[in-house]
Amino acid sequence: MTALLTVEGLTKAYPGVLANDRVSFEVAPGEVHALLGENGAGKSTLVKMIYGLVTPDAGKMRLNGAAFAPPEPRAARASGVAMVFQHFSLFAALSVAENVALGMEDPPPMGKLAARIREVSETYGLPLAPDRLVGDLSAGERQRVEIVRCLLQDPKLLIMDEPTSVLTPQEVEILFATLRKLAAEGTAILYISHKLEEIRALCDRATILRLGKVVASCNPRERSAAELAEMMVGTKLTPPSRTETQPGEVMLKVEGLSLPSSNPFGTSLKDVTFSVRAGEVLGIGGVAGNGQDELLAALSGEAPSAGGAVSLHGTPIGRLGPLERRRIAVLAAPEERLGHAAAPDMSLTENAMLTAAEREGLAVNGFLKWPAARAFAEKVIEAFDVRTPGPGNAARALSGGNLQKFVIGREVLQRPEVLVVNQPTWGVDAAAAAAIRQALLDLAAGGTAVVVISQDLDELMEIADRFAALNEGRLSTPRPTRGLSIEEIGLMMGGAHDMEVAHVAE
Amino acid sequence: MIRLERRPAPSRAWTVATPLLAVALTMVAGGLLFAALGKDPVAAIRTIFWDPLFNDQFAAYSRPQLLVKAGPLILIAIGLSLGFRANIWNIGAEGQYIIGAICGAGVGLAFYPSESWLVFPLMVIAGGLGGWAWAMIPAILKTRFQTNEILVSLLLVYVAEQILASMSLGLMRNPEGGGFPGSRNFQQYPAASNPELIAGTGMHWGVVAAFVAVIGAYVLLNRHMLGFHIRLTGQSPRAARFAGVRPTRLVLFCLGASGALAGLAGLFEVSGPAGQISIDFNQGYGFTAIIVAFLGRLHPVGILLAGLLMALTYIGGELAQFMLGLPAAAIQLFQGMLLFFLLGVDVLSNFRIRLGRREAA
Repeated sequence: MTALLTVEGLTKAYPGVLANDRVSFEVAPGEVHALLGENGAGKSTLVKMIYGLVTPDAGKMRLNGAAFAPPEPRAARASGVAMVFQHFSLFAALSVAENVALGMEDPPPMGKLAARIREVSETYGLPLAPDRLVGDLSAGERQRVEIVRCLLQDPKLLIMDEPTSVLTPQEVEILFATLRKLAAEGTAILYISHKLEEIRALCDRATILRLGKVVASCNPRERSAAELAEMMVGTKLTPPSRTETQPGEVMLKVEGLSLPSSNPFGTSLKDVTFSVRAGEVLGIGGVAGNGQDELLAALSGEAPSAGGAVSLHGTPIGRLGPLERRRIAVLAAPEERLGHAAAPDMSLTENAMLTAAEREGLAVNGFLKWPAARAFAEKVIEAFDVRTPGPGNAARALSGGNLQKFVIGREVLQRPEVLVVNQPTWGVDAAAAAAIRQALLDLAAGGTAVVVISQDLDELMEIADRFAALNEGRLSTPRPTRGLSIEEIGLMMGGAHDMEVAHVAE
Repeated sequence: MIRLERRPAPSRAWTVATPLLAVALTMVAGGLLFAALGKDPVAAIRTIFWDPLFNDQFAAYSRPQLLVKAGPLILIAIGLSLGFRANIWNIGAEGQYIIGAICGAGVGLAFYPSESWLVFPLMVIAGGLGGWAWAMIPAILKTRFQTNEILVSLLLVYVAEQILASMSLGLMRNPEGGGFPGSRNFQQYPAASNPELIAGTGMHWGVVAAFVAVIGAYVLLNRHMLGFHIRLTGQSPRAARFAGVRPTRLVLFCLGASGALAGLAGLFEVSGPAGQISIDFNQGYGFTAIIVAFLGRLHPVGILLAGLLMALTYIGGELAQFMLGLPAAAIQLFQGMLLFFLLGVDVLSNFRIRLGRREAA
């Protein structure tokens, strides 16, 4: 079989980093081809070059045997390359059909377009009502809009960038059925992911990238997830070790917590109830935007609630702000590293002052002890292996993984009784992620009650003792992680989110 | 092609160098401007920057003027910089300056002709409170009703100007002034006047207060939690809330502090250099102070230097009008250029310039 897309020696350098270094691979028609790599391995840069968003410094591409060098995405689309991005580009206030029309070169009249959308979406098992407002759709349905928009162009190559990060397990199954049908019809799919089981379930071939270079190419079905992980990371990963501890008394208790979101597009918390014991890790899963940020704010004190809704050792603390909660050792690390957990332009010393002033005695009568703050920042850098020239560096100069280690380390070293973290390893390389998870487990082993909010189910299965899921601001009843099946987890996350039952037309 | 590349961290060297570069560029562009007006550019620049300080003929008069003019500019700009650092925009310092002057002067006039030493300290307190109270209007409207402090504080300037006109024509008019508008002159009322402390220097209590404010602001911003929270709020409001900053309190503090300092500046001006409440005693210091605050990079020491520089261009500008017949508008343009170039070259602290072929992005 001749290749549909041939990539030869593609190279792209950005200041200080070689994002792609002589990358070569081939995609055959009808093949589901995985691009596998850690964050920062160069997957995104590579597909952006194929889609015409970035021009390579060197190297050649051929599409269907002809030279292919799209100067802009429009040219790539004209040649039959379509892409579904990780972050949707949709207007919430417009209907599905209007959003699709906005992405087309010369859209047909609305009536005809709506009929086409219906036709394509039914053929591929992606039911969509063209006249619904995008703002009312779930994340999974929004992704369908993007996919249908691509399919209307009748692409030969469909690029999908981390498509499952916003889906529940049930929704993932629906998506995979669609992709398999597309492939069976001859459409090649370039599937970007770092989730190994997905790739083993879906893909025919995998090209593995590490630090901008192709390090291996294989049939993922013939390899174990551990083998793939090793190829991706380059070293053997030791899964976090945990010591069995008997959970102690209840530390943090949340009872009937209802809180309107401060953000008009946010999700209000509705009657959230759970408790965490000393030495226990509670994992809270859920698709993004189902109240994770709001829950963290309610626990950190940024969003005060009715006094009794949150309590520590039975004492109500719901009305306390972040400072008062830190005083009683209730600490938190939000998801957004730059701009929420840390101030981007401030030094690490200043960022240490940001949350540690109270517990580490970095201020006396309001006057700041900078040498002490610097020493504490150095302690965090040392203990958590943060790669940086020193505590004087600005937070934004650090890589995502290093800054995340700093942010987590800053809270862990303050000896919390309760620690709440949101997305502790999002966008972090595997080694740093493992270190962070180990630190959270060690903290729990020392008697801290830990709440981990995460969209990474594998992570939660690995470190959590009990699991609960957020769905539209409601929290499911926490259940022991051990013995929980992926179907049960999916149902806790909201199942297929009331999406119409999809059947791929045979 | 020339292109800009974001620096991983702001350059400290350029943060210091950009104001100097901006002054140099202003001199060059100003020189060209004066040349186009048919004046000798070198003479014009010298008249503005050199003669006020070192010319035998003028320096004796204009040197003290430097502190007289810089004092209120620095005092107001220090207050404004606290709010600006936290993205709280008090544009109405002029109004707070006027109301501070009226309140302080009102207290003084009420005790006329007392000789008690308590009169002046009471006036100072009343001046500060007056400015503070005037700034509390936008502050409370903002925190209670989410109004925009820029608009409210700015529009209150015009209200303050009307009150000033009313006061100088009505309530505070000098009963022995033969019907002319304007209050009694404080220079003839020793217990309430703000005299030159050291003859020939221009130093008066307002200048002392300005220096104290510079030191106080420096300590606050660099050594105190409140100052840290001000900086944090400006750079990253969400991180500030996470740190435990209460935005409402910060708005009240920043607007209150800038209002109080502007009110003090007004009181010191009206009881000293201006001498009396009159319709136009306020020389727009409240607005010029905004330029001073930015020219000084919102840094206390920077503001001290910027205030002196701005005062120099005022004095030099007057001298140039008088000596060379330069139009007043040309001088204003010259001051405007200074801010323009500063904001322009500011980009260098966050970006570096790369020459060479542009990489297609």
